[in-house]
Amino acid sequence: MKKPVMNKLLMDDVDFKRKINIPWLFKMAVRDSRRNRSRLLLFISSIIFGIAALVAIYSFRYNIQNDINSQAATLIGADLAITGNKDPDVQFKALLDSLGDDRSEQRSFASMIYFPKSQGTRLVQVRALEGKFPYYGQLETNPSQAGNTFKMGKYALVDKTLMLQYNAKVNDSIKIGNTTFLIKGVLNNAPGQTGLSAGIAPIVYIPLRYLHETGLVKVGSRVNYSYFFKYNKQTDIDKIVKKINPHLDSADFNYETIETRKENTGRSFADLSRFLSLVGFVALLLGCVGVASAINIYIREKVASIAILRCIGVKASEAFLIYLIQIIGIGLIGSIAGALLGTAVQHLLPLVLKDFLPITISVNISWIAVIQGVILGVIISVLFGLLPLISIRNISPLNTLRLSFEESSISRDPLRWFVYFLVLVFILSFSYMQLGDWTAATVFTIGIMIAFLVLTAIAYLLIRFTRLLIMSSWSYIWRQGFANLYRPNNQTIILTVSIGLSTAFICTLFLIQQLLIGQVTLSASGNQSNMILFDIQTKQEKALADLTRKQGLPILSQVPIITMRLEKVNGKTAADAKKDSTSHISQRAFSYEYRVTYRDTLTASEQITAGKFEGVATTGKDIPVSIEERFAERVKVKVGDHLLFNVQGVMMPAIVSSIRKVNWNKISTNFQIVFPTGVLEDAPQFHILLTHVPSNEVSAQYQRAVVKQFPNVSIIDLGLVLSVLDDLLDKIGYVIKFMSGFSIITGIIVLISSVRISKYQRIQESVLLRTLGASRKQIFAITSLEYLFLGALSALTGIVIAIASSWFLAKYRFNMPYSINFMPVAVLFLIITSLTIIIGLLNSRGILNKPPLEVLRSNA
Amino acid sequence: MENILKISNLNKTYKSAGHILTVLDDISFTVTAGSTNAIVGPSGSGKTTLLGLCAGLDSATDGIVELKDINLGSLTEDKRAQMRNKHVGFIFQNFQLLPTLTALENVMVPLELRGEKNINARAIDLLDKVGLADRSHHYPAQLSGGEQQRVSLARAFSNSPSILFADEPTGNLDAETSEKVIKLIFDLNKEAGTTLVLVTHDLDLAAKTNRILKIKGGKLISDEKTGNE
Repeated sequence: MKKPVMNKLLMDDVDFKRKINIPWLFKMAVRDSRRNRSRLLLFISSIIFGIAALVAIYSFRYNIQNDINSQAATLIGADLAITGNKDPDVQFKALLDSLGDDRSEQRSFASMIYFPKSQGTRLVQVRALEGKFPYYGQLETNPSQAGNTFKMGKYALVDKTLMLQYNAKVNDSIKIGNTTFLIKGVLNNAPGQTGLSAGIAPIVYIPLRYLHETGLVKVGSRVNYSYFFKYNKQTDIDKIVKKINPHLDSADFNYETIETRKENTGRSFADLSRFLSLVGFVALLLGCVGVASAINIYIREKVASIAILRCIGVKASEAFLIYLIQIIGIGLIGSIAGALLGTAVQHLLPLVLKDFLPITISVNISWIAVIQGVILGVIISVLFGLLPLISIRNISPLNTLRLSFEESSISRDPLRWFVYFLVLVFILSFSYMQLGDWTAATVFTIGIMIAFLVLTAIAYLLIRFTRLLIMSSWSYIWRQGFANLYRPNNQTIILTVSIGLSTAFICTLFLIQQLLIGQVTLSASGNQSNMILFDIQTKQEKALADLTRKQGLPILSQVPIITMRLEKVNGKTAADAKKDSTSHISQRAFSYEYRVTYRDTLTASEQITAGKFEGVATTGKDIPVSIEERFAERVKVKVGDHLLFNVQGVMMPAIVSSIRKVNWNKISTNFQIVFPTGVLEDAPQFHILLTHVPSNEVSAQYQRAVVKQFPNVSIIDLGLVLSVLDDLLDKIGYVIKFMSGFSIITGIIVLISSVRISKYQRIQESVLLRTLGASRKQIFAITSLEYLFLGALSALTGIVIAIASSWFLAKYRFNMPYSINFMPVAVLFLIITSLTIIIGLLNSRGILNKPPLEVLRSNA
Repeated sequence: MENILKISNLNKTYKSAGHILTVLDDISFTVTAGSTNAIVGPSGSGKTTLLGLCAGLDSATDGIVELKDINLGSLTEDKRAQMRNKHVGFIFQNFQLLPTLTALENVMVPLELRGEKNINARAIDLLDKVGLADRSHHYPAQLSGGEQQRVSLARAFSNSPSILFADEPTGNLDAETSEKVIKLIFDLNKEAGTTLVLVTHDLDLAAKTNRILKIKGGKLISDEKTGNE
């Protein structure tokens, strides 16, 4: 065949190197969007709440960082704080006395207090203070001068929740140990205190000089020693700390400066904000699903217009850019709206999180957060819009003559796989930025991927099997309702993924919360111990047991406790282990003060995993001890290894005879180290007693009797702990619910926009059905059935995913048995399904209520 | 006379359900510049496919399409798009106006693409020629079928094409409107000296051209001069 000769002149006549005319592309993007702007805004609204959540959290993060920087001094209350849990020796005391221009001293410990007026008792954190601490900030009290005047006599400052709880007033008395103090003021806030910590361990301040008189501090008592220092001149605290650090190490004391507190507090809130922003990110991802599917439908509807443009000479890249500009523009509008909403919402965050915060949070517009949110919104719109956008390149001008949108060639497009890869990289990188840990980010990304894949697979299976399931004997309405799930332009996949993912997320949060509360409640139910008495001295042991029995209460357990330290592991001291790079023994293992018991049998919550439990020591041999498996892991020992314990000055060589698995979830006296009988009986010790109180009244009566007769004995009322824990979980749950609210709203928006898209798809056939004589009732029934199937299946799949993920978390994260309360899950299922039907019907009401001709004309 | 379009041994096949379907089978002809040509044939004979290939909207399975001596098969789709923008005008049965653009904007698009100046006045002039200057700011949905086809005509002539392809240009119009549109097509064509290739069922319309090519079963079965000059 003769090859044609190219006419050079003519080829030059056509400008094949025509440059892309950016202003024209913008003009075309604006023109093309004219009649679709409200729809585009609806599509993009899916990301508004995700962006709002992130901007709110980012703003909150920046504000909190500024607040921590400006308030760090008031958090610690001094330039330098040194703390330890033993009385400093003379040499170390001399060192402490040489520091600072002004010094304060504090001892804190847990103790019972007694309100004589109301006859109430409660375990509190007693802080015995001497000096002018806090040097920065103040003890916020009512009356305000009480923060200083309480040190002038036998006075106390009592936490405001305690005052309310026991109906106490200023100038009432409280009894701590053997001493009665007059309440000088109500303590509203102490340096570094959060609402939450006050709820768990309410604080009572007393002057240090009356501590001895209370008779509460004895050998073996668990007391925290704190020393606060103030420097008048500009001093390099870091330099001082560096100099005294070796002494602090050898004395087992820790230090804290304003800078370290700044870092630590910042780190804690970085963790909190990371978690919250991850929750916000899930909302955003959910929105992205909505964006991707909406743009997909949008581009499908634009095939004819794109083909015309191609026909009259627009290049594939130019057509792609026209729609990319639209997506960027609409993404920008959505992101700005989200950022504005987020800036408004951040005003609520301090209210939601106030119980977790030790500082006053200021609310300012953070422009960095706003810019971050807007950029993120645009990136995410483009990234998730790219999948449908790249198909524009494949739209042939031939579509002007014959519509043939070829799906098969699109799925083989390598660029499509590259976009999938980009999306994955984005999710992984963003998760890493939030979590700061590649493993966690990978697990999160894989988890999201699995959820997406499962939901998509379920939707595909539904589409395939519904076709087979429909029976010709069914009524027309049922057949039509079912058929809507698989017919062309169905919304089965997008609705299943968006509804299912929202359900899975909400349900997982709910199930985990239920599991945590259920676990604690279970532990406290029945005849199990629900009251723990500790700090019982040996000579009080029998009398207290008698008192307990006299009150008609059982003694479920009575255990001796001896405090000791670990000196050597297989001959190595802490210093040896530190020097030896091959040793992986935790340094903390040497500084920790262990509370150890001795007995000759195992308890119900223990199980030997290696070696043999030896209940009685043999004279002349190393003491056979049983250690808990996680302790064995930390100290890197196995059966037969040697440990040297320092029992209040006496060295005791021991050999690991067995390793135990302990069920820590059970409320009983569990120990890391158990000694055999015949060794520690004469060592300084205190005892613990466990009992079960049947009611709050009996509990109060018993506590009063114990505190009156044994003022040094502390009592933990599990009922109270449970109510505090319940309150804590409620507060955490509230924060989580607040944040997941963004996901729920996003899910609803995605649902609305998806259903609206299907409305555009279905409008023609619904009108046709009405024209052919279908009644409103029949169309209503068909639409209801379609959304009933979709809502029910998606919600069910979401719940199954939630059950799987909560089981995973329970087993591998919280290490607790798994159980489900199906009733609330069923309620959630009904709510989600009903919501889907309601939204579906609300969106279809336009077709139902108007005459067919009117609808046909308005859609012409 | 110079040939503007040369078709040599053109074949087009599709794969359908594992079978090869031949739509065009070894078609060859040439079109001289400034002539008017009609392609006629029964439904499914391959007329529209042939038009699509001649206009560079699709690629042939075999054979050569030379438009203005340029082998369209050797060009990428983007280069063919630029060829169309420079030399080709289109009229479709279903008008194919961009629904979100006004009549004026629809006419301006090919000129804007070429980066030409003073296009507003030229587009209004063209709309005036088709009798729609007063409807220039209306959207396609606000125009009747006949009006839409007249806008389509104005757009087709806006880039002063060398060749105009028309696919059943009166297929969606009533008889009276068809008459007006046909008159406009031939008048504008004459005035601009454009080559016309139209696909139609309408033998009366075909008879108005210089030449009729008959297609049946994908083959060119006759090529007759009508005697019109």
